[in-house]
Amino acid sequence: MSTVDVDMSPQPTAPAAALVEIRGVSKHFGEGEARVDALRDVAFRVRAGEVVGLLGPSGSGKSTLLNVIGCIVEPNEGYVALDGEVVYDHRWLRKDLRHLRLEKIGFIFQTHNLLPFLNCIDNVALVLHLARVPRSEARQRAVELLEYLQVGHRKNAMPAQLSGGEAQRVAIARALANRPRIILADEPTAALDSERAGIVMDLLHKLAVEQQAAIIAVTHDEKILGRLDRVVRLRDGKISL
Amino acid sequence: MNLAFRDIRHKLGRFILTCLGLSLLLGVVVTMAGIYRGQTADALALSRAIQADIWVVQGDTNGPFAEASRIPGDTREMVARMGGVTAAGSLTFQTVQVKQGSRRLRVQIIGFEPGRPGEPANLIAGRDIHRSHFEVIADRQAGVGLGEKLTMGRNVYTVVGLTEGNVTLSGDSVLYMTLLDAQQLQFDVTPAEGRREVSRGALRVNTNIVNAVVARVSAGFDVQEVAETVRRWKHLSVLTEAQQAEILTRTVIERASRQLGLFMSVLTLVSAVIIALIVYTLTMEKLKEIATLKLIGAPDRTIIGLIVQQALMMGVVGFGFGTTLVALAKDRFPRRIVMESGDLVGLFIVVVCVCILASAVGVRIAVRVDPAKALVG
Repeated sequence: MSTVDVDMSPQPTAPAAALVEIRGVSKHFGEGEARVDALRDVAFRVRAGEVVGLLGPSGSGKSTLLNVIGCIVEPNEGYVALDGEVVYDHRWLRKDLRHLRLEKIGFIFQTHNLLPFLNCIDNVALVLHLARVPRSEARQRAVELLEYLQVGHRKNAMPAQLSGGEAQRVAIARALANRPRIILADEPTAALDSERAGIVMDLLHKLAVEQQAAIIAVTHDEKILGRLDRVVRLRDGKISL
Repeated sequence: MNLAFRDIRHKLGRFILTCLGLSLLLGVVVTMAGIYRGQTADALALSRAIQADIWVVQGDTNGPFAEASRIPGDTREMVARMGGVTAAGSLTFQTVQVKQGSRRLRVQIIGFEPGRPGEPANLIAGRDIHRSHFEVIADRQAGVGLGEKLTMGRNVYTVVGLTEGNVTLSGDSVLYMTLLDAQQLQFDVTPAEGRREVSRGALRVNTNIVNAVVARVSAGFDVQEVAETVRRWKHLSVLTEAQQAEILTRTVIERASRQLGLFMSVLTLVSAVIIALIVYTLTMEKLKEIATLKLIGAPDRTIIGLIVQQALMMGVVGFGFGTTLVALAKDRFPRRIVMESGDLVGLFIVVVCVCILASAVGVRIAVRVDPAKALVG
């Protein structure tokens, strides 16, 4: 985690290894008449190098599923394994879920969610700082990532000074800072026009291949469907074929 | 990477304005402590400046500061003749308003006997009184200059010297004049009033009255023993310097101290509430950032640090501004403000504790923030 090179070459994991595997995951909110079943017996796998789209109407359970994979929401039952490690089997098997997220998962948000009081370098370096990477190494890696994502020239800019596309690329750099094997993207193109949305999706695809990462993107955007390896459709908390 | 500092730097203008507002509040707290110390110092300044070992006053009184005291003028000779007394001097105290140009100056006049105990202390300019009449020495705080003429009663007095730090408990400046002048000023009546008194056959009033006699005791004698000897004269009371100081600090300024203490407590509480509200607002504004931090793996201590450090920075900077403001303005304040380092350290510790307590509200909210909020658009 502490290396600073932007080596995008494939990692030693076998290309077909499932980085995300969930089985029989159910989640409901409320009880009795107020009970809402957000997920019902959901099972799917995402392999390294894949970009999978989660599609479905509003309320179909996409965000809940993303939150379960991101270890933010605890399912009621099921099995979740991330990067070969079983993290949930009817109960969380790890207590330090925040550290688990820091180690294994990168998040890309609908709106960039960059910290407004940090410049681009520090927004990216923050993740490395949290992982206790020395300051100079963290900054160097942040700069290299920003350059890789073609926003190196904006490294000292504050988030408010960036265009939507630039901000989203800085957010992607932040998501990649710790070399996560799993990247969860929540509507990553919602705030972008079609041209920029296409660029971001191409970039995610490139990252998935080069870093052998699994990318799961929740989207409503029909225009980017062609840029996804696979689409998982959700309806009423179930995967529909 | 200090997130609290970065956030403050990002909104520096607002932070400075907030700190300025807070500094005014904390400045008032510092001022209250300073006024209390100033009041104590003022209360003791006069009695200490006189450098008396014993104060002989009217029987059954705690004069001349805490109670009125009137004793015959010849008491000084009686006291001076006592064994162990090296020197004794008569003093009168009266408050008058002096017309100085267009303003009325309220001063405390002390009548003293030149060459005897009770002479002006801390002379910073001019000279002592050399003539028996119509010369005065004023405290610098009165705002009069050397050579200035002051009209009091039927006479005009010249300021020949200036002292420093000679003020009364209520903050009035002290004006020294000879005992004869002071008695004349106190008892002389206007010609019209005199004629009326004569026409109604009133007896001539004895004007050789003083308010206290102060005496210094030889080093080889016990002050308490000398005081006991005077106490045997039933018509007089005696206070040692320590007793006089105790009366002044315990009884005379006790109520004022309680009032100041109450105000300080209320203001500290108000400061705590204001800091808590500011921290609460700052935290509510940052909920999404806090959720994002949690989502990307920041531990609670990073988030708690962000909030507590901001509250502390606000308190520390506010306290610093406030103290500096008071230090710069204290000489223009109508009452003496004495800033003691011990008080400032104590208040600083209180401010730090208040900030930590006040940030509890923000910390409570921040710790409960659901990281999933970061995913909500």
